[in-house]
Amino acid sequence: MINHIDVSSMLRKSVCELYSNLVTRPTGAAVRSEIEQELDRIGERALTVIDFSHVGLLDFSCADEIVAKLLLQYISTDAPRREVYFLFRGISEAHVEAIEAVLERHKLALVTQHADGETRLLGIIGLEERRAWEIISQLGVGAVADVAERTGLSRDDTERTLDTLWRRRLLIRADDGYVAVGSATIGSAPPSLEA
Amino acid sequence: MTTVINVPHSLEDKSFEQVLEQVAPLPVDEKIIVDARHSRWASPYGLTALLALAQSRAERPILYVPEAENVSSYWSRMDFFKHAAELYEIQGRVKSAKAVETSVLLEVTSISKSDDVHDVVDKIQQRAQDALVKNLNLDAKITMRFTMALSEVCQNIVEHAGRGGWVAVQTYTWRVRLGGRRVVVIAVADPGIGFRQSLESAPAFQRKDRWDDGQALEETVMRGASRFRDPGRGQGLAGVRRFVGNWDGKLSIRSGTARIAVLPKGDWDEDEPLLENLPFFPGAQVQITIPERVA
Repeated sequence: MINHIDVSSMLRKSVCELYSNLVTRPTGAAVRSEIEQELDRIGERALTVIDFSHVGLLDFSCADEIVAKLLLQYISTDAPRREVYFLFRGISEAHVEAIEAVLERHKLALVTQHADGETRLLGIIGLEERRAWEIISQLGVGAVADVAERTGLSRDDTERTLDTLWRRRLLIRADDGYVAVGSATIGSAPPSLEA
Repeated sequence: MTTVINVPHSLEDKSFEQVLEQVAPLPVDEKIIVDARHSRWASPYGLTALLALAQSRAERPILYVPEAENVSSYWSRMDFFKHAAELYEIQGRVKSAKAVETSVLLEVTSISKSDDVHDVVDKIQQRAQDALVKNLNLDAKITMRFTMALSEVCQNIVEHAGRGGWVAVQTYTWRVRLGGRRVVVIAVADPGIGFRQSLESAPAFQRKDRWDDGQALEETVMRGASRFRDPGRGQGLAGVRRFVGNWDGKLSIRSGTARIAVLPKGDWDEDEPLLENLPFFPGAQVQITIPERVA
């Protein structure tokens, strides 16, 4: 199931009808809380689009609360809150500096989708992880063998890399391999990804 | 006993030290008269710091307003007297503000809660584009980043000061060092607990061998330390530092008895990176200066 969360609407709903800028930590915390309540309603496994298109300014405090703290809850390798994947849309030049700063601070990465549908990774990600993600993204659905063949990595190393990407919620585990977050939203979601 | 504090003709960050040299030795409950009758000019730093000065006194001070009508009128246009009336006993004739001051991007504004920061951000966005891009020849990208920096320094008051403070933003010609180049200046002042006490309030705080206001400023501004355990904290000032560096600007923060400065790469400023043993003044006073771009 693919859900769409308009961050600007969350801001108006949780803080003030008149605000369009995401500034201050209390504002960020309130918006994140609203997003979490939405996520609580959508089940155990889902892909959620977090849409910044209508957000004016995003400062560091809000980026930390809304982006970093949200991701941290769902990428925990020990006990992730649920299997939720995020695709970030509408990230403009006005937002990217703050988002990159908080991703770097927490060593996080996310998938962002541009208006033309192209997806790319933002944040801290190793070269092998990035290469593997790009291969899966190009393939649509890819298995360990597909990636190993194209990267020259051993099967074990490839498996570990893909598993890491899945734990970081940058790849979705499907029945016959992996799907890159972002490619799953073009067209319909893979059949295994249901609420 | 009442002591008269003389305000310099030109009141900005450096000359405000002359005010503090007179005030710092006095008991906090001693009555003071802040004599600004001969003031001819005040920067946003000077005006916000004068308000913080009044807040820092136990006894409501007296303010003699500038005698020059244009100066008094300008302070009115900056909304200084509107706030000063609540903190000082005003003596002298306050000239009302008649004309709109186009160089003022943000009048002196009170900051005490998160909503105030939203209001400031909304207000400045409407005015910043023209001032920064058209008048200072800066790239259009600066508007958002400038507003972010403003938001972060205002939030420092809400999150750390423990009491309300002030912000003002203005463009003016920096005659002293830039040979007439225009600058935009953000000034933020509060009389709160200051950087050192804020860090000391952290549960895991451990006093070092050398620990003073200068050290606290270095830890916070240069190394991103924060009183909160949350690793996401401390990014705001780091972002402000980056912003200032990218636009050949200057950031200076005074707290307690020290002042730290992140200096521009260019040669338009010759300030010291760290000044210590200054006269004590509570809270934090921040100034961000971005010069116009010249070909």
